[in-house]
Amino acid sequence: MSRKKLVFGEIIAKKCLFYAAGILSLWLPNGAQAFDYQLKPQLVAKNTYLVQGATEDFSVKNGGNIVNTAFIITGAGVVVIDTGPTKRYGEQLRAAIAKITPHPIARVFITHPHPDHFLGSQAFKDVGIFAVPRSVEMIAQQGGGFTDNMYRMVIDAAKGTESVTPTQRVTEPQLTVGEHRFTLLTLTGHTPGDLAILDTTTGVLFAGDIVFHNRTPATPHAAISEWLRSLDTLQAQKFSLLVAGHGPTAVDAKPIEQTRAYLRWLDATLSQAAASGKDMSELLVTPAPAQFAGLSVFRAEFERSLAHLYPRYEAAQLK
Amino acid sequence: MKRSLWVLLLAMNGAQAADSIRWEALRNQFFKGQTIVADARVKVLAPKAAEDSMNVPIGVKIEGLADVEEVHVLADYNPIVKAIEFFPRGALPALAFRLKLQQTSPIRALARTKNGVWHMGVAEVDAAGGGCTAPSFGSGTNDWRASLNNVSSRVFTASEAAAATRVRFGIKHPMDTGLAPGIPAFFIEKLSVQDASGKEVMRINAFEPISENPVFSIDLPANAATQTLSIVGVDNQGNKINAKVIR
Repeated sequence: MSRKKLVFGEIIAKKCLFYAAGILSLWLPNGAQAFDYQLKPQLVAKNTYLVQGATEDFSVKNGGNIVNTAFIITGAGVVVIDTGPTKRYGEQLRAAIAKITPHPIARVFITHPHPDHFLGSQAFKDVGIFAVPRSVEMIAQQGGGFTDNMYRMVIDAAKGTESVTPTQRVTEPQLTVGEHRFTLLTLTGHTPGDLAILDTTTGVLFAGDIVFHNRTPATPHAAISEWLRSLDTLQAQKFSLLVAGHGPTAVDAKPIEQTRAYLRWLDATLSQAAASGKDMSELLVTPAPAQFAGLSVFRAEFERSLAHLYPRYEAAQLK
Repeated sequence: MKRSLWVLLLAMNGAQAADSIRWEALRNQFFKGQTIVADARVKVLAPKAAEDSMNVPIGVKIEGLADVEEVHVLADYNPIVKAIEFFPRGALPALAFRLKLQQTSPIRALARTKNGVWHMGVAEVDAAGGGCTAPSFGSGTNDWRASLNNVSSRVFTASEAAAATRVRFGIKHPMDTGLAPGIPAFFIEKLSVQDASGKEVMRINAFEPISENPVFSIDLPANAATQTLSIVGVDNQGNKINAKVIR
């Protein structure tokens, strides 16, 4: 090949690159930028910040930010409660914490093994991640499946997300970190491995998904009778601020009562339907009772609950 | 131009799901040369999204359409398209069951009336999928052998207001599709619900996509004799099903 031809070839190649770069520049600004969750921690009690998510379903638009996460600046490092739905959320949560305090992360708690609460843990791999033993086991077993499903629901925002199994098991009921004394409540019902955390120093109760507020409870691993008992346990605690797993904070037990009322209604509805011989497909059109008009995503969660729970109710009726 | 726009609008409005890319081919495969009409009286009850792709609840209910002789249910995008056929013979033209879904798909029920016309209703179900190529839970254990083809059932007697008596029955069966590696197809093929005299009130031909440990709901006229209903059937390996329905 002559020198001239080579140069000509280079020019063509450069031209191609130039055009390619031009075309790329048209879409890269959107495509290449990491999903921005615009996390805004709010101070809800002394040293205590809440990062509140939407009371929606997972979507590409919300990137899975339908969840409440929180952190407490204890004086001996930061305690983080839940890491959010994706790697990027976890990274952005850690960055948001760093903007507020120079203190290091002391430890992370995962309230239960559901993907919107723990898939941000990659950003906290260098610190101890704590969960109750059943939660650790479920994440170890099902983390991969949870991650695949999160990709399907939020797509780009989940890029690079992998499941991280908590490294530490919560076994003691009391814990002091810095100036804060915590009561760790090992519970069941929303999942087989729930954790609620009461900061007795500030009176803030982090209920995890034992409590939903103004959002219909989700039931993929639920046992309703156990869940109701756990609600009683939480209502018996002395707290001044209640942080639900989803939805706004409250200064009273109303979110506990709301969650209890929904679960009781769900249990009664499914029992009665099974006793009268209804098929699951016929229950899809069950009307939303007026008392739950304030709960978002009622239809979607009720349909999901049918799939999770109804087979047990109908099996009890067939002999 | 105007005309083609109208056709397009009609097609979009008529039933988006009814015109899936596969439907034209499926129509030729299953109903070649036969008349099919869209009919709102053929109702397919299904969730918008399948929470569990292994157990998607489907109800077919046909009301106000006389002389329904057989009903076929298809999922366009399942690797095995036909899920079930049923033949109401004394039972009302309705059947509820659960199926495995491999991906998002229209679920269509086609009811043939005596005059040979197929009346079609469709529902679209969004699904994460994988339901057809996953092994049954039963195939992973040996427990299924002890309970294979055991039937649990019950008659739910009509209240005064209800027009029908509901009969529900569940059968223990792995219902393997043959699409999971190394696990052969193993599924219930034929079921017949019979009255005391042995007269068939409902015949069901099931196929691979019906869910593991299937549960069926059928409806009999409110005045039907339900004292001694029985369920007989057979799977594709010749194992028999034979049970009395518990009242």
